[in-house]
Amino acid sequence: MKIAVLIKQVPDSDDVRMDEATGTMVREGVGTMINPLDLHALQEALKIRSSRGGEVTAISMGPPQAETALREALALGADEAVFLSDPRFAASDTWATARTLSEAIEATGPYDLVIAGEKATDGETGQVGPEVAVMLDVPFSTYVSGIEFESGNSLVVSRTVEDGIERQRLSIPCLLTVLRDINEPTMPTLSGKRAARRADLPAWDLDRLGLSPEEIGLKGSPTRVVRIFHPQITRSPRLFKGNDIERGIAELLTELEGLGITGREGVS
Amino acid sequence: MRRDSPSGGILVLGEIRSGRLHPAALELTAKARLLADDMGAEVSTLLLFSEIDVDPETLIGYGADSVICVRDRRLGLFDQEVQSRILYRIIRDTRPGIVLAPATTSGRSIMPAVAAKLRTGLTADCTGLDIDPETKQLLQTRPAIGGNIMATIRTPEHRPQMATVRPRTFAIPASDPNRAGSVKELTLPDHCFESRVVPLGLERSDGDDVNIQDRDVVVSGGKGMKKQENFVLLRDLAELLDGGVGASRAAVDNKWIPYSHQVGLSGKVVAPKVYFAVGISGTVQHLAGMQTSGMIVAINKDPEAPIFKVADIGLCGDLFDIVPRLIEVLRGRKGV
Ligand SMILES: Cc1cc2nc3c(=O)[nH]c(=O)nc-3n(C[C@H](O)[C@H](O)[C@H](O)COP(=O)(O)OP(=O)(O)OC[C@H]3O[C@@H](n4cnc5c(N)ncnc54)[C@H](O)[C@@H]3O)c2cc1C
Ligand SMILES: Nc1ncnc2c1ncn2[C@@H]1O[C@H](COP(=O)(O)O)[C@@H](O)[C@H]1O
Repeated sequence: MKIAVLIKQVPDSDDVRMDEATGTMVREGVGTMINPLDLHALQEALKIRSSRGGEVTAISMGPPQAETALREALALGADEAVFLSDPRFAASDTWATARTLSEAIEATGPYDLVIAGEKATDGETGQVGPEVAVMLDVPFSTYVSGIEFESGNSLVVSRTVEDGIERQRLSIPCLLTVLRDINEPTMPTLSGKRAARRADLPAWDLDRLGLSPEEIGLKGSPTRVVRIFHPQITRSPRLFKGNDIERGIAELLTELEGLGITGREGVS
Repeated sequence: MRRDSPSGGILVLGEIRSGRLHPAALELTAKARLLADDMGAEVSTLLLFSEIDVDPETLIGYGADSVICVRDRRLGLFDQEVQSRILYRIIRDTRPGIVLAPATTSGRSIMPAVAAKLRTGLTADCTGLDIDPETKQLLQTRPAIGGNIMATIRTPEHRPQMATVRPRTFAIPASDPNRAGSVKELTLPDHCFESRVVPLGLERSDGDDVNIQDRDVVVSGGKGMKKQENFVLLRDLAELLDGGVGASRAAVDNKWIPYSHQVGLSGKVVAPKVYFAVGISGTVQHLAGMQTSGMIVAINKDPEAPIFKVADIGLCGDLFDIVPRLIEVLRGRKGV
């Protein structure tokens, strides 16, 4: 079974600090990491490889430093890594990102399975997975928290959705986006670390991928960010302590009533 | 799709799960109405279902000029391939300028598939939508990086302009019984229902497990709850307010409550009318998931806890005194 895993490098959220003056996250000097859900995607691919055999290829598009994310993926046990990097890829939105990734998947595939994270912690769109699936013309499923293989060319996924767990059968090849509940990521292995150190990861650029500049980067992106601003949530905190707490509770009750929150009737 | 089509109307994808119309269908139809009035356009709401618990005509009262219904037994269980194919087809035939869907697990699966196929832009999880008075383009505002910044996004050249919208972002107005509109039933050819995905069924979770994103009140507990058994306090409080129980990551990591209840950067983003943070310090990662709530109530014994900076009402003291007292007072009010 040939599996591609899509991995994105994101700012390290362990490092997240707030700039008190501007109310934003401090980005300078912040480290990077593999998008946490992508580690689950990779882990699932490794798990499938160990039970069904095959090969796992990690694919990432990003600036030069994103190469470290792929080395990490190799250390964790991926067999191959494909690094897509070109200044002309910069400022891609999800459409252009998906276009670039799907071209790389076609160039290095075919794969039986493509696994992505459900969403990335920076963009938080969760759109890249389904978009890649459509561009590859394979079926997809999202919010996957469990995969079972069947005899024949199909698998059954469990999707964790708002009102419960949905089960779907998909034919292979397909693309799945996974949730954190699907597995527990493990640590890098010694042999993996060695492979990661030795690996030569030449970046694929636009020309090697054979894409047109019209389809990628800012030019290929249908969307444009026109404004970035800090949310102004004005609150006037009222703090009650000690003997004032009773008064606080009374004010809270008044506010709840004002909001029409009277709760459920007949609950004891 | 390039912008060669006439500036079309607004198409809203209404969500129906297990035969029930999601309130976001009303919310988005009403919001679309306001936007359409700014552009002089029409609103259509698309409903794909095998059964539905309301008369599709209801949507007219909320602002739809037309309600397009596809009623087919094969739409009973969610199938992203079939739903995206139908939405794509309807967009191709009716050429709307804007397409909106709720940012639910379904909407967030169908919309990217359709946007990819149409080669157009899609903005995820919007919390603000406006029409630019000059260009008449849709301004799509969404939180990014855990809600710490907001970005306004536009789709200048490609059509339609597509967005998923976080449910409960806009108010649902009262229905206007005098509005006129039409309901169309559409029969689609069989091949529209062919799929490489076979839905096998839905195992419903209930009670405690109702999605906290759908609640008006969320009562969350953190490390200050000390142990799993103490969560019963929060469950009691939540039940009295008809709310759901949430948690910080610390509480989830301690296995006091399942991950589906986690609020924050790596959990769910919630925006209930009232959010209770009980024994939660208010780290950036937690705030990312709840700071847009209507009213925030914090209960914490540390007066320096950052949660108090975002709380409308802060009760500083031992939660094991305050929460039982609150429950007692609420019960007293109800005369139980
Ligand atoms: C990549 C990443 C993602 C993360 N994602 C999330 C996320 O999605 N959601 C999330 O919540 N966290 C997330 N975190 C973790 C986050 O940084 C904090 O560790 C976590 O939110 C702390 O939870 P807490 O507030 O419950 O615990 P603490 O910070 O330990 O706070 C406990 C609070 O309870 C108070 N307290 C204790 N006893 C009592 C008492 N008897 N009465 C009253 N008050 C009391 C204390 O004063 C303290 O303020 C993430 C971290 C990382 C690195
Ligand atoms: N630049 C990228 N390189 C590789 N994979 C990506 C990239 N961007 C997104 N992905 C994949 O798509 C998923 C969803 O990302 P997003 O749509 O940005 O929230 C991620 O979890 C990754 O698996």
